[in-house]
Amino acid sequence: MSLRARLGRLPAALAVLAALFTLTAPAMAPTVAAGASLRTILNEIEEEVMCPVCGTLLGLAESPQATREKAFVEKLAKEGKNKDEIKQALVNQYGDAVLALPKGSGFSLSAYVVPIVAFAVAVVLLAFAVWKWRKAAGSKDDRRPDVEGPSEEDRERLDQDLARYDL
Amino acid sequence: MAAVAIVALLTFGLLSKGNSRLAVGESAPSPPLPKLEEHGKGSLTEYRGKWVLVNFWASWCIPCRDEAPELQKFQEEHAGKNFTVVGIDTQDLSDDGLKFAKEYGLTYPQLHDGNGDNGHEFGTSGVPENYLLEPNGKLAWDTPGPVDAKMLEEHVAPLLPPSKKEA
Repeated sequence: MSLRARLGRLPAALAVLAALFTLTAPAMAPTVAAGASLRTILNEIEEEVMCPVCGTLLGLAESPQATREKAFVEKLAKEGKNKDEIKQALVNQYGDAVLALPKGSGFSLSAYVVPIVAFAVAVVLLAFAVWKWRKAAGSKDDRRPDVEGPSEEDRERLDQDLARYDL
Repeated sequence: MAAVAIVALLTFGLLSKGNSRLAVGESAPSPPLPKLEEHGKGSLTEYRGKWVLVNFWASWCIPCRDEAPELQKFQEEHAGKNFTVVGIDTQDLSDDGLKFAKEYGLTYPQLHDGNGDNGHEFGTSGVPENYLLEPNGKLAWDTPGPVDAKMLEEHVAPLLPPSKKEA
């Protein structure tokens, strides 16, 4: 076959390849996306739950217990469980202490509320202390004896000196 | 007032941090715990009137694998003496615990202490740990770390009453 004939078939071959890619790409996309989303879920969960035995984030832990916990998370993620369901399953196994961040309800809510309230109270106390301090300083000024200004004689002499030096 | 609050917080921190080990003569904490091999809850109080060897273990714990057959053998030899071993699977996945119990043919009762709170109440510092309770639920003997046949025969067997056959 001549080179020209071969080149003549090139567009057709490219068209077949393009068609194949068009047909297979949608089928491959979910697999790639699923793999990526599984890894994302695992990473996110490992940053949000603890290894109860090690007392560190699961993502940082390498103990045998952490290994089993990671395998448990991966198994549930592969079963299609979402992040909240997996975290709930971990709580069912290890209790609330497995959560790196306390829940936003019940007694755990105090972990969020107490620092805010404490900060607000501290600001109010500080403002009150500053106000009291300034008031005390002000009343001290009030108690200061009146200072007499220059006498009439001194004032005249001052005016004369200023006039003399042309200031 | 602030100083008092700080001292109170520090004291609370120190008291809550230190989980002192159960002392001989003290009553064992016996909260209801989920049963490992069946639905429902169980407690050490169910075994009042019997000598109980409480064994804290976990499937991910390597020394527990050596200890489990020894405990099972001891249970089989002394079950007639108003005695039982009670396993407490702690900080472990219940499915892993079940698999472990099956693998080693453990026939004595098993509870699941997923968050490890019961272990902390006993003052455990790891797994395995063993506590022998008198029939009134008070601690008679304990040891951190695994037990073997020799230890069980030397420390536990002499405390057990003779079986009906022996009597």
